[in-house]
Amino acid sequence: MSEEMRVVAGRVRAAQAGTGGFLRALLAVVWKDLAAELRSRELISAMLVFALLVILIFNFALELDPRTRSTVTSGVLWVTFAFAGTLGLNRSMAIEKDRGCLDGLLLAPVDRSAIYFGKAIGNLVFMLMVEAIVLPVYTVLYSVNLFHPGLILVIFLGSIGYTAIGTLLASMAVHTRTRDILLPILLFPVAIPVLIAAVKASAGFLEAIPLEEIMPWLNLIIAYDVIFIAVAFMVFDFIVEE
Amino acid sequence: MSEIAPQNSHVIEVRKLVKRFGLKTVLRGLDFQVQPGEFVALLGPNGAGKTTFLRILASLSRPSLGEVRIAGFHLPAQAAAVRRRLGVVSHLPLLYGDLTAEENLRFYARMYGVPALNERVAEVLELVGLANRRRDLVRTYSRGMQQRLAIGRAVLHDPEVVLFDEPHTGLDQDACNMLDGVLREVAARGRTVVMTSHDLSRAADLASRFDVLSRGVIAASLPRAEIDTRDLLAFYRQAAEGVVVA
Repeated sequence: MSEEMRVVAGRVRAAQAGTGGFLRALLAVVWKDLAAELRSRELISAMLVFALLVILIFNFALELDPRTRSTVTSGVLWVTFAFAGTLGLNRSMAIEKDRGCLDGLLLAPVDRSAIYFGKAIGNLVFMLMVEAIVLPVYTVLYSVNLFHPGLILVIFLGSIGYTAIGTLLASMAVHTRTRDILLPILLFPVAIPVLIAAVKASAGFLEAIPLEEIMPWLNLIIAYDVIFIAVAFMVFDFIVEE
Repeated sequence: MSEIAPQNSHVIEVRKLVKRFGLKTVLRGLDFQVQPGEFVALLGPNGAGKTTFLRILASLSRPSLGEVRIAGFHLPAQAAAVRRRLGVVSHLPLLYGDLTAEENLRFYARMYGVPALNERVAEVLELVGLANRRRDLVRTYSRGMQQRLAIGRAVLHDPEVVLFDEPHTGLDQDACNMLDGVLREVAARGRTVVMTSHDLSRAADLASRFDVLSRGVIAASLPRAEIDTRDLLAFYRQAAEGVVVA
């Protein structure tokens, strides 16, 4: 067995043995991110202003008739979510790096994937909060009703996949001098499957296409979520270590 | 992996340590041993590899070659066991500016699984003299106060070994004096301390042993008892320039 395989196997055993410690560390990271953001509102406000500007610009730029509006909605929504999400992912890791806090986290005697999952859940909460504000604003601006349970489910699953891979790549990019530029360059090519599937599934629900035609896209999003969460669990330790 | 450490008289034991970054070799077969309760000042010019060495001891960086054991546990194989016994203070505070001092310590206490969390946080805030500012956001603290809180964070889980990477960087004279008081308090509680520093006079005041790291190896090592601290500068220069001293 290679050294990497032994380390991963050891970490799986450690995570199984110390589930209490793993959960405690994961929740501590989530709590810390939410508490700090509640005070500063630095991340959410940047993401929200950016997202609202994007949908406003699209609204004026496209000048669409009501029928065409419903067909472009899923694309406009996911472009907005992806760009705003990238902004949040970058900032969330930069906060850790700039004051050396990432080292502080890595020095803790916990499985490092707990740190990854804590950061990823924090990023997901921020992204969902922005999406929850964008949806009603979009509904008003574009006169398209977005409050469809299927669409909400797609947004939730798509956001999980996007933040799962985004948090992992942000952890890599944060060590470079060009992290602001590097993250989108790394993230968008890797996130294309989940973004395309999310756009297609969202359009399917908005256009009331039969569920059996939407299911392959939903399944693709779920598979993407599972695969990238598993990949992140296995490789995060190697990514953050020198 | 088991956390039963083999018996050993050295709390830190490093043999033939090599660290490479690509083609550049920073540490070249470094040997280093520390007895329990020692306060070692690790001196050396810029670029000598002091921070790299401390990051390896802190399990933040993997050695390219060689053996590293802390409290009997091997790095990197038993990194979690090592981290449980280790506190680290760097020139960055490793604290969150948008959390209060108390919240920062509570967060790290949870990460380390510290029992009786509230009592321990209160005790540490007393130790570093910040109990009356515990509810203030860390970003409102002066650099010296942040560094004292950083020491509190590092000793929160009562580690056997504390590593200080140039803790006086960026502090004014008063803040340095106050920090020295906290450092002495940490050492007086029987912890093993390794501190990198450029400030020979402060190192002379605090340390029980002086090691000079130069060109990727420990060029010289002297216990405090064997040197008049007034001769420390000469000792340091000779060692840093490659003259064998001890």
